[in-house]
Amino acid sequence: MTQAFVPPTRFAVPGRIAVNEQAASEWQTATVTEIRRETPRAATFRLAVPGWPGHLPGQHLMVRLTAEDGYAAQRHYSIASAPDDSGHVELTLDHVEGGEVSGWFHTVARPGDRVEVRGPVSGFFAWPGDRPALLVGAGSGVVPLMSMIRHHRARNLAVPLRLVVSARSPQELIYARELGAETTPVFTRSAPAGATVGRMAAAHVAPLLAEQPSGGWEAYVCGSNSFAEHASRLLVTAGQPVHRIRIERFG
Amino acid sequence: MHITRGFTGRPRVAGPGLPPGQYDAGDDWPVLSAEVTPELAPADWTFRVDGLVAEPRTWDWDEAHRLPPSAYEGAIHCVTSWSKFGVRFTGVSLDAFLDVVRPHGSATHAVAYSHTGYTTSLPLSDLTGGRAWIAWEYDGRPLAPEHGGPARLVVPHLYFWKSAKWIAGLRILDHDEPGFWEQNGYHERGNPWEEQRYSGD
Repeated sequence: MTQAFVPPTRFAVPGRIAVNEQAASEWQTATVTEIRRETPRAATFRLAVPGWPGHLPGQHLMVRLTAEDGYAAQRHYSIASAPDDSGHVELTLDHVEGGEVSGWFHTVARPGDRVEVRGPVSGFFAWPGDRPALLVGAGSGVVPLMSMIRHHRARNLAVPLRLVVSARSPQELIYARELGAETTPVFTRSAPAGATVGRMAAAHVAPLLAEQPSGGWEAYVCGSNSFAEHASRLLVTAGQPVHRIRIERFG
Repeated sequence: MHITRGFTGRPRVAGPGLPPGQYDAGDDWPVLSAEVTPELAPADWTFRVDGLVAEPRTWDWDEAHRLPPSAYEGAIHCVTSWSKFGVRFTGVSLDAFLDVVRPHGSATHAVAYSHTGYTTSLPLSDLTGGRAWIAWEYDGRPLAPEHGGPARLVVPHLYFWKSAKWIAGLRILDHDEPGFWEQNGYHERGNPWEEQRYSGD
């Protein structure tokens, strides 16, 4: 046998979270129990999943919808709810133009409907609450980050947590009512009186990187690919180590 | 299987090219990578093959480009359920590199690794026989950094997380050594036609 191979470069992937392989491979029936509008484009779908094995903030699951002719469509979605929400998970979905699965959720789904889910799948983006976390998101990229914030609050964790979140306007800021002192909002199209309008910039992340907590920040970036590229470069430029930036992109 | 009330799905695309559970992304080419896109110039790119081989070797950009050119035209499939048709990657067949280093008879697997440190594991048999490429052009143009440029591995018959971006090398082994996503719960082989998405599928 050859020696275990360690690649010669960075991307260290600290704190790998073991995935429950059985949970990740078995479909379960989930029941829609509640639908809450968040913004004109986004709504939260609460699912009862009796056999849900639990998840960590930042993980995602797979949803499968099946048509009468047997055709099935499946998509990955980030989990919005905190792990302590026993037997339930919440998904917050944008209504994507022409979206096959999100379109069903937004235009057809009602409480009592059943879908299939499996997961949680993938542990890379998970945050178990063990280290200072700097969360950077845009649009519905805030969804897995909200799971982290909810977890932080539910467990009354002392470890530092900050969120910088970009939205087009206050009306389109998902979870606006829930965000608190840990959050710096950035508005790209229209902002409340007195606030500036513009893209996320060095000025938004530099102060957070200047207040380095003990052990440094673990950065979690989630959003569209163009946002993820932009935000991760801002972080690197401001001094965040490349190997301590985790990125979840959606295209 | 549970029928979802009121779900019909998109109009079905006819044709045998779409593996189960996949949809046609059309002109979109989503970017999925967990790390910061590296700034890697062609002049700084190298590709090494070592491990259980007769002659370990590192190629630089110009040396790799002197190998016989080869192209892949067809479809690619991402585990997140999009597929993309009519893609064209140009580069060099991986066979051309392996012919130089000559893997030992005991070799069964490879770990592909990136200049970022990303890793993915593959059976060696999935990398030989004209089924894998080191590619530096997409659709006739230099491969964009966010898609793995200056050069990436392309193994189009497996889910695309196997096609490591910013490819730096292959370590040839006599056993399977799970890479980044394989350690994070994904399938060891990842054949889209058998829906080998997660470990245990």
